[in-house]
Amino acid sequence: MSTTIVETRQVPALKVENLVVDFKTKNGTVNAVRGVSFSVAPGEVLAVVGESGSGKTITSLTSMALLPSTARTSGVVEVDGHDVLNASASAMDAKRGNVVSMVFQEPMTALNPSMKVDKQVAEAILNHRGVSKAEAHARAVALLEKVGIPDPEVKARNYPHQLSGGQRQRVVIAIALACEPRLIIADEPTTALDVTVQAEILELLRNLVQETNTALLLITHNMGVVADLSDRVVVMNAGKIVETGTTVQVLTAPEQPYTRALLAAVPTLPEAQWDTVIAAERTKASFPEAEVKEIVAVDPVLDMRGICVDYASGGRKLRAVNDADLLINRGEIVGLVGESGSGKSTLGRAPLGLVPVTGGSITLFGGNALKASKRQIRTLRSRIGIIFQDPGGSLDPRMTVGDSIAEPLVMHGVDGRRPVRSVREARVAELLEAVRLPAANAQRYPHELSGGQRQRIGLARALALAPELLIADEPTSALDVSVQDEVLTLLLELQKEHGFGCLFISHDLAVVHSVSQRVTVMQHGNVIESGATSRVLQHPEASYTRHLLASVPSPNPIMQKRRREARFALLSSKDS
Amino acid sequence: MSTATLSRTAPPKSPAARAAHEFFSNKLAVIGVVIVVALMVFSFIGPLLYQTEQVSTNLMQADLKPGEDGHPLGTDGLGYDVLGRLMIAGRTSILVGLAAGVLATILGTLWGSVAGYLGGWVDATMMRIVDAGIAIPGIFLLLVISAIVRPSEWMMVLIIGAVSWLVPARLTRAEALSLKSRDYVLAIKATGGSNSRAILRHIIPNTIGTVVVNATFQVADAILLIAYVSFLGMGLQPPATDWGAMLTDGISSVYSGAWWLIFPAGIAIVLIVSAFNFIGDGLRDMFDVRGQS
Repeated sequence: MSTTIVETRQVPALKVENLVVDFKTKNGTVNAVRGVSFSVAPGEVLAVVGESGSGKTITSLTSMALLPSTARTSGVVEVDGHDVLNASASAMDAKRGNVVSMVFQEPMTALNPSMKVDKQVAEAILNHRGVSKAEAHARAVALLEKVGIPDPEVKARNYPHQLSGGQRQRVVIAIALACEPRLIIADEPTTALDVTVQAEILELLRNLVQETNTALLLITHNMGVVADLSDRVVVMNAGKIVETGTTVQVLTAPEQPYTRALLAAVPTLPEAQWDTVIAAERTKASFPEAEVKEIVAVDPVLDMRGICVDYASGGRKLRAVNDADLLINRGEIVGLVGESGSGKSTLGRAPLGLVPVTGGSITLFGGNALKASKRQIRTLRSRIGIIFQDPGGSLDPRMTVGDSIAEPLVMHGVDGRRPVRSVREARVAELLEAVRLPAANAQRYPHELSGGQRQRIGLARALALAPELLIADEPTSALDVSVQDEVLTLLLELQKEHGFGCLFISHDLAVVHSVSQRVTVMQHGNVIESGATSRVLQHPEASYTRHLLASVPSPNPIMQKRRREARFALLSSKDS
Repeated sequence: MSTATLSRTAPPKSPAARAAHEFFSNKLAVIGVVIVVALMVFSFIGPLLYQTEQVSTNLMQADLKPGEDGHPLGTDGLGYDVLGRLMIAGRTSILVGLAAGVLATILGTLWGSVAGYLGGWVDATMMRIVDAGIAIPGIFLLLVISAIVRPSEWMMVLIIGAVSWLVPARLTRAEALSLKSRDYVLAIKATGGSNSRAILRHIIPNTIGTVVVNATFQVADAILLIAYVSFLGMGLQPPATDWGAMLTDGISSVYSGAWWLIFPAGIAIVLIVSAFNFIGDGLRDMFDVRGQS
């Protein structure tokens, strides 16, 4: 008896040895994973990090035997000592959700929208345990309580859409925990969540792993999440392992050049003066420096005052932006940050006439953008460039890249005339060169380009009319960190060269810190705090900003520990 | 990763070229194209090679069996050569079908994309008109109009077009609703682009998948509609004819065993309608693949 216990303890929750995964496609074989080996011990958190296409998700799907039928695998994958690669379909069905379970990225699509949450949790139990429905329900409620759902009895009878995003992800975690698995695979478990919610989910996962001794395989691209949660790290690139080690070692003293480059591309937040911030939060004091008037209109390209935006939905009015002020001077980059639903994108779209502005004033380049004639507005807007988040969606898939870039020229004319073909082509080549892309790309279609290249094309189009104001709405959120780094560097260079004012909208405080001189923080449609970037991010005055800053995980595990403690301290001072 | 490496090695290919490649790898669709082309050659070039009298009747030659007196498919009750008649009837069916299908598609696409893009009360008004139109059965409308005016070919095109643009209008509106919130359309609007530019250059080209697929079904439906109307005796004025009218003429001889008056026209209708449906299926698969990749 005693020997078996010792043996089971030594069996790793997941063992991967020399795993190779190929996909047969119409255009030949694609090697997704090329010889990967690692293991996860019970109670351990192993993070697999890498950029898109590194093979990290394929590796995790292999561990669940969820690969599509076009995949060919070789090597060894064992979950809790049982072979996965050669297991029969029915044997794997018995294991999935039972011995190994999965937490998905997008909680809204991972849950069945037409089924109450207790039923969904109970279903996971009934799949593998021969218990009565009443028992399964009782266990489901207990699980919901365990993952921190308030009022579990009441919330259990809710449908997924009645819960918040964070609560939904907690339900997904409860389902994963339902049969007390040996291993949980979490594929980007917090990527779809706001940072403050992310911090809560990370805390939950950390506590659960400690309590239940379950192994956690964490698949992510976010170095902050890695630093916060994992014990060991595997860095993957192009289907191979680049580096393995403890989290502290890999993130603070990486050995491989690839890891170093990857970490260097991660934008970091300056460490706030946590002691003084926490003390100020306790005494509800503000910092003396913050009293100084920081926002001065020098040569404003955009001046919005008291902006209100109301959406009508089903006869009711929904206030998306409430009495917001925003000022951008020529040659200045202003960051606009907030979580989803804060109204940051809505405020950014107000000067473009894309949202119904119901109050306030908008001054664009000195002209009143709300009272001007249609013709005047058209002229004013031709002096604005915009870039959007999704590099795939911001270019017309049926137009060549060259036509897309030339479109603003055709719309507004060059020197008051519709440009002839040669003028257009010359300007397109010039713009492509400006965004560091070969001119030959003008003939290509968006689907033939990578995400980073498409975002450069978006930038080239935005610059076509030499704008005086650039509005960038989450321009790098869909990109890998290294590509994000390139695009941000390019944006800064072009801004220096052309001197346009720029509104940079982002949910990522670290990115905003790396580009902007001033920053405005929004929450629930209100402007919470505005000021010089360094001041706001290091001596935040508003309680919300402080909380937000403490929620952003630092890619440095030691710093992250301090930040986590600061977050607790801020939360407890809020409660007291 | 895989797509990135693949796209770098492949030469730049327009979406249209890729789509064509995808289409021609669908066997059924290729068969459809072959049938349509063959029937067009038969109907339009056939009469030049096989000349027959199709205007004045010749009762001396009436009701000949296939093969008799140099008539490969025999003759009908009025002495018209059936093979030659099949050719000129096909001309009407194919021409009217194509023209009506295309007319319905163009009208419907413009209507739907304008309604979807502009939204608000314009959309509400335009779509209520469509709803009202759909509430009236097309075949009923067609019969009433045919009863009032004995239609010419172009009249038929107009009437069929007028009853069948409603479905493409609804489809396009649904597409336009989702397309108008795409970033590239917003970008046009935000930087001072006109509505017509957004609709003509960005909305309509991107609905092309849905529109083209639907157009092939529209053509097939239009050919069937002409056949119905003619079969019910409300079609073209003799001696002009189409495949549906040939069927009506033949139906009276069904008990005398004159199969050659029914089968050729019937088979021709089945062939052309199936062929257009095959093409439509092929196009739909092709655009589906595009959507997934």
